[in-house]
Amino acid sequence: MSEPSVEATDLVTLTIDGTDVSVPKGEMVIRAAEQLGVAVPRFCDHPLLDPVAACRACLVDVLDAGNGRPMKPQPACALEVAPGMKIATAASSQVARDMQSGILEFLLINHPLDCPMCDKAGECPLQNQAVSHGPLESRYDGAKRRFPKSLPLSALVLLDRERCVLCQRCTRFSEQISGDPLLALVERGAKSQIGAGPGCAYDSYFSGNVVQICPVGALTSADYRFQARPVDLASTPTTCENCAAGCALRTDARHYAVKRRLAAPDPSVNDDWNCDKGRFAFRSGHLDDRLTTPLIRRGTRLEPASWPEALDAAAQGLMKARRSVGVLPGGRLTHENALAYSRFARAVVGNNNIDFRARAISEEETTFLTWLATRKNPDWVDYRALDAAKQVVLVCLEPEDECPMIFLRLRKAWRRRGLPVTTIAAYASRGSHKMGARLRATRPGTEASVLRGMADAGQLDAGTIVLLGERAALAPGLLSEVARLADDAGLRFAWVPRRAGEMGALQAGCLPGLLPAGHSVADDKAKIELAAMWHMPIPDSPGLDTQAMLEAAAAGSLSALLVGGVEPADLRDPALAHRAFGKAYTISLEQRVSEVTQLADVVFPVALLEEQEGTFVNWTAEARSVGLVNPQAVAPMPDVRVLSALARAMGKQVAMRNMRNPAQARAIYAELDVRRGIPAPRPSVRPGPADVPRLVLDKDVIEVTLAGWRQLLDGSRCLDGADALVATAPAPVMRLSAVTAAKVGLSAGAVATLSAGDSTWTGPVEITSMVDDVVWIPLRSVSECGRLDAQPGDRVRLGAGGAA
Amino acid sequence: MTDTLTPILTETWDLPQSWRLATYRNHGGYTGLRRALAMRPGAVIDEVKASGLRGRGGAGFPTGLKWSFIPQDNPNPKYVVVNGDESEPGTCKDIPLLMACPHAVVEGAIIACYAVGAHRAFLYVRGEVVHVIRRVRAAVDEAYKAGLLGKDILGSGFSCDITVHVGAGAYICGEETALLDSLEGRRGQPRLRPPFPAVAGLYACPTVVNNVESLASVPSILKNGAAWYTSMGTEKSPGATIYSVSGHVVTPGQFEAPLGITFRTLLELAGGVRTGHQLKFFTPGGSSTPILTAEHLDVPLDYESVAAAGSMLGTKAMQVFDDTVSVVRTTLRWVQFYQHESCGKCTPCREGSYWLVQLLKRLEAGQGQEGDIEKILDICHQVGGRSFCTLADGFVACVTSAIEHFRPEFEAGYHTPAWELLPYERSAKFTVAVPEPAPVIAPAIVEVAPAPAPEPAKPRRLGRRRGKGDAA
Repeated sequence: MSEPSVEATDLVTLTIDGTDVSVPKGEMVIRAAEQLGVAVPRFCDHPLLDPVAACRACLVDVLDAGNGRPMKPQPACALEVAPGMKIATAASSQVARDMQSGILEFLLINHPLDCPMCDKAGECPLQNQAVSHGPLESRYDGAKRRFPKSLPLSALVLLDRERCVLCQRCTRFSEQISGDPLLALVERGAKSQIGAGPGCAYDSYFSGNVVQICPVGALTSADYRFQARPVDLASTPTTCENCAAGCALRTDARHYAVKRRLAAPDPSVNDDWNCDKGRFAFRSGHLDDRLTTPLIRRGTRLEPASWPEALDAAAQGLMKARRSVGVLPGGRLTHENALAYSRFARAVVGNNNIDFRARAISEEETTFLTWLATRKNPDWVDYRALDAAKQVVLVCLEPEDECPMIFLRLRKAWRRRGLPVTTIAAYASRGSHKMGARLRATRPGTEASVLRGMADAGQLDAGTIVLLGERAALAPGLLSEVARLADDAGLRFAWVPRRAGEMGALQAGCLPGLLPAGHSVADDKAKIELAAMWHMPIPDSPGLDTQAMLEAAAAGSLSALLVGGVEPADLRDPALAHRAFGKAYTISLEQRVSEVTQLADVVFPVALLEEQEGTFVNWTAEARSVGLVNPQAVAPMPDVRVLSALARAMGKQVAMRNMRNPAQARAIYAELDVRRGIPAPRPSVRPGPADVPRLVLDKDVIEVTLAGWRQLLDGSRCLDGADALVATAPAPVMRLSAVTAAKVGLSAGAVATLSAGDSTWTGPVEITSMVDDVVWIPLRSVSECGRLDAQPGDRVRLGAGGAA
Repeated sequence: MTDTLTPILTETWDLPQSWRLATYRNHGGYTGLRRALAMRPGAVIDEVKASGLRGRGGAGFPTGLKWSFIPQDNPNPKYVVVNGDESEPGTCKDIPLLMACPHAVVEGAIIACYAVGAHRAFLYVRGEVVHVIRRVRAAVDEAYKAGLLGKDILGSGFSCDITVHVGAGAYICGEETALLDSLEGRRGQPRLRPPFPAVAGLYACPTVVNNVESLASVPSILKNGAAWYTSMGTEKSPGATIYSVSGHVVTPGQFEAPLGITFRTLLELAGGVRTGHQLKFFTPGGSSTPILTAEHLDVPLDYESVAAAGSMLGTKAMQVFDDTVSVVRTTLRWVQFYQHESCGKCTPCREGSYWLVQLLKRLEAGQGQEGDIEKILDICHQVGGRSFCTLADGFVACVTSAIEHFRPEFEAGYHTPAWELLPYERSAKFTVAVPEPAPVIAPAIVEVAPAPAPEPAKPRRLGRRRGKGDAA
C-alpha cells in the first residue's frame, strides 16, 4: 500500500539556518530541522507524543515568525511552521547556542552525573547532548537534590528520581499512547518527581516503552538493570514471536546471550512501541529444561541419544506407521519451518493429516481458513487500513490482550479522529474502554446473529473493517456469516490469529484441505505442479484436522504423530491429547521439556528463534524477517533442518530436496505461484440458537455460559523466566453480572467456582456490567485458580465458594 | 488630597454589612446588569471596549477585546472564569474586594456571561481565604434567591449559573491556563498555547478568564457609560483602579484612584514613609515587577509610563521598603517564594530558582564568592523569557532590578552578612512575643543539604495582621 502523496499545496516552506525546507502544514519546527539534518537538542519531544515544551532544550531563535516580526525564543518542538518563517538554531546563532547550553547546564545541576554506574551511559541522550550542546564545565557548586535510590513503579519498572529530568515522556506515553494514566508528576518545583499513585503500581501492558523512551537513566527495567553496557551489545533487527502483530524488534545480545529486546521503529506496524510480553518474554528458552540432545524412549524412560541414532529410530517409527501419521506443527513456527512440516506431510509421509492449530477449533473454521487462503484478490487489511477505516468491529477479539498493536492503532485512531470501534463481546473490557469502543453485549456463541443483525441494519457499510479473533472458531455460524458478507457485500475483514506463526502456517498450507501458497487440495492442476517441484505425488485423500487426529490417535487408528510446538493444555480436550500422545508413536520437535516430550518416543531438540533466521507472516499477511541473534546455539538445528534429516533417514531425501535450512525453504516458497488456482468453497454453518435453556441444577449451582479469553500475561510457557513481567499480570477475577451473582448469592469479592466435567476454576468475583447468565474468566491464567477444560460458549456450572 | 480618591469599587466598603445584596442594591448595584440585559450582547462588548477597561490581573489586556475573541460560531458551550486566585506578594485588592463587595464581582460575571454567550461562570477563589469564600458563596446564594442568577434573570430570558470553586493554594494557579487545569481537577500547570483559552479553554470550550477586579469594574461602566469611565485615568490606561500599598508606610491599605497618578501621590495617600526613615525602594506591581527607587516617584501609574521607567504596572501593588531593609534579604525571600511556587514543569524555572536561592543565601550570609553576582545575572539571563510561563520572569525581574539598583549591597555579601549590614530587627514595624518555633519537619523525600550558613538564631518578629472580621 503506497502512502498518499502529499499535495504540494499542503507544504509550507521555511528557512532554518539559512536553508529552505518544505514540510507539511501543521508540522513542528523541530521536525523540519530533522529533515535538514540540523541537530536540535531535545528531551521531552517525541514525534508520537503530544508536545509539552517542558524541557526547553530545543529553544531556537525566531528571526521571523512568518509575519515579518521576530518572536522571543520558542521551543522548536511546539512551534508550528509558518510560511516565510526564519529560524536560527545553535548551528548559526550564538543566541540559540547560549540558550541550549544554558538549559543543559540547568538540567545537569541536579543530575547525579553517575554515568559510570548508569545503564543508560553510552546511549544516553542527556550524555550525548550535554557533550554536543552543553557547557564544558558546570558552574554549579551547591547541594544537589537527592532521593533514595530506585523507587519501584511496578515489579518491572524502577525509577531513579535523581537522574530524572522531568521531561514527562513517561507520563504522556502512559496517558496518551497506552491509555494507562498511572504515572504523574507529584510534588512541585525542585521537589517535582514522577510517581505512581499510592498503592497503585504502574501495571500496564506497555510499561517497557517508558524505559525505552526515557532520555536519561531514570527509568530502568528490573529485567535489564545492571546487565550490560550498550558498548558491549550487538544488535540484531528481528520480529517478535509472541503474537501475530509482527512488531519490529531490536534484540541486543552480549556474548550471544540476549540481554534485552527493544521496539524498533516501524510506522507501518508498531510505530515506536511494543508490548511488555514482546519486550521481556524471551527467557523461556534459557531455563534448565532446555533440550540439548535428542532423546529416545527406552521402556518408560527417555534417554539421551546421538543424532543418527535418534533419526534412525524416528525414521523407523514413521516407516512402520506407513501413511498412518498425523502432523501437528503448532502455531508458533516461522513460515519456513511451517513449510517444512507441510511438505513433510505431503511428500514424505504422503497424506494431508496436518493442522497448525493447537487450540480449540471447529470444522467451520477449517473450511473458513481454507476459503480464506485460497481466495482470489483477498484484499488484506493492514494497520494503515485501520488508520483509514470509518468503523472497526471487533468480534471474538480483545486486541489489548490478543494483539496489542491493533489495540494501540485503534486507540490512536480513536484519540486522533474519533474512530468508532464496536466490540461484540460479553462485556466492555479495560481495553474496550481505552479505545472508546461501543459494546454490543453478546453471549459467547451467538456472535453470528449479532453480526448479521448489524449487517441487516446497514451498520456494516463500506469503510467498515471487521476483525475476527481466534475464538471466532467457537461461535457457530460466525465465520460463515463473515465469508458470506465478504463475498456478497464486499465486507472488509481480517482474521487475527493469536499466535505468531498461524498466518505463516496458513500460507504454508498446514491444514488438511490446503496446500502451500493458497492452493486447495481439490485443485488438481496445483497438485500436479507441486508434485513436479517436490518430486512426489501430492495425496488426494482428505486429511484430518487437529481434533480428528487426536481422536484417531487415541483410538489407535492413527499410528504416529509428528509434533512441533504443541501444549496439550491449549487444546480443547487435554486429556484426549494425553491419551493420543501416549498411544501413538510420537516424535516431538521441541525446545524445552514439555508434556508432549515426556510422552514422546523420540525427541529432537530444535533451535530457539534467536538461533535461526526466518520469517513470520503477521496477521496482515506481511512477511516480517527474523534475524539470527545467536549463531552459537547448543541445538543449532531448526525444525526445517531436522525434518530434512528425518526424510533422509527414511530414504526420502528427494521429497525434501533443497530444503535443508530456512533460506532454502524461503526460496522454494518463492517459486510457488501464489493463489492462482481455484478457490475453495466458503463455510455455510447456521448460527446457533440465540437462547439456551436456563438450568438451575440445585439451589446453589446454576448453569451458565462461559466467556473468556487468554490475557496477554497468562499461564503461557513462553513467559517462564520472566518473573518480573508475570508479577505485573492482572489478578485473575471471575466476572459476572449482578443478576447472575444474585442467583447463587454471590457478592463482589466473594469466592466462586466454575466447573466443567472434573475441572474447576476458583477465584474472586467481580460484579461487572455484562450479559446475564454468562461468566467471564481469564483463560489459562497465571494463578493457582485451577484450569477449566471448557471453551467460551460452553455451558459450565457456577457455584459459590471454593472447589469441592 | 482625598480628592484624588475615586471610590467606585470601594464605595460601599465602609458601610455596615457592605457584602449584603440589599446594601449593594441601595447603592445602585445590579442596575448595570439591568442595562446590559436590555442591550444586545455585542453592544455590551462594544461598550466595555469603548471604556478602554484593561485587565487588572497584571498584564493589562483590554477586557472588551478579550471578550470579542470568543468565537460565537463555536457549537460548544462557552464559559466565563473569574480569576480570584490572588497570590502575588504585595497584592491585596481582589480578596478585600470579594470580602467587602462580592456582588460587584457576581454582577460583573453575569454581564460577562451575557456578553460572550456563556451560561456558566466559575469563580475560582484561592483556598486559604476561608472567610472570603464564605462571603462569596453567601453572595451567590443571595443572587439566586433574588432571581439575579439562575433561569430567566430579571425577566430577560437569559439564564446564568455561577459555581464557586476553591483552589488548593498554589501561586501558579493564578496563571490562567494553570487555573483552568486546576478547575478541571488536574494538577495546576500552565498549558501549551495555542490553543488559547478563547478557543479551547475550560473543558476545551471557548473560555474567558478575567480578573476579579476587571469584572467588578464592568457593572459601573454599564451603569455610567463608557464616556464616564474614560473621563478618568489616562488616554491609554483609562479608569480608576485599586492600588495596594504595603510595607514601611504610615497607613497601608487599598486606595482606589484613577490610573496615571504618580507613585508620590500614592505614597502620600498612604501617609508617606514611616517617620524617621527614607524610601529605599519599592515594587510598582507586586514582587514580579522590577523594583524602583525614589528617583522614580514621579512616574505616573499607568501601563505605558511604568514600562518606560523599566518596570511594569502589574497588579498596582506598591510594596514600600525604607532604608533599614536589606535588599539582598528581600530578594532572597522573594526568590524563595518563587522556588516554592514553581510548578516544576519547565527546566529554567525549576532549576534556575533552585540555584538562585542557594547563591542568594550565601550572599545573605556574607559568604558569597567573587563572581557570584555575575553568575546570578547570567542565570537570570538564561531563565528570562525562556521558561514555559511568566512565573520565572517574575523572579528574574526582582533579582536583576535589585542588582541593578543596589549592586554594592550584593557585593558586600562577599564578606559581610546582610544582618550585620542592616540589622533585621530595625525593619520590623511591630514587635510581638513569639513562642519557640515548632521543630521543622524535614521533607520525607527530598534531602537537600543544608545551606552553607544557617541564619543566626534571633527572636522572630512578625507583623501584625488583622482581618476585617469574617462574620458573613
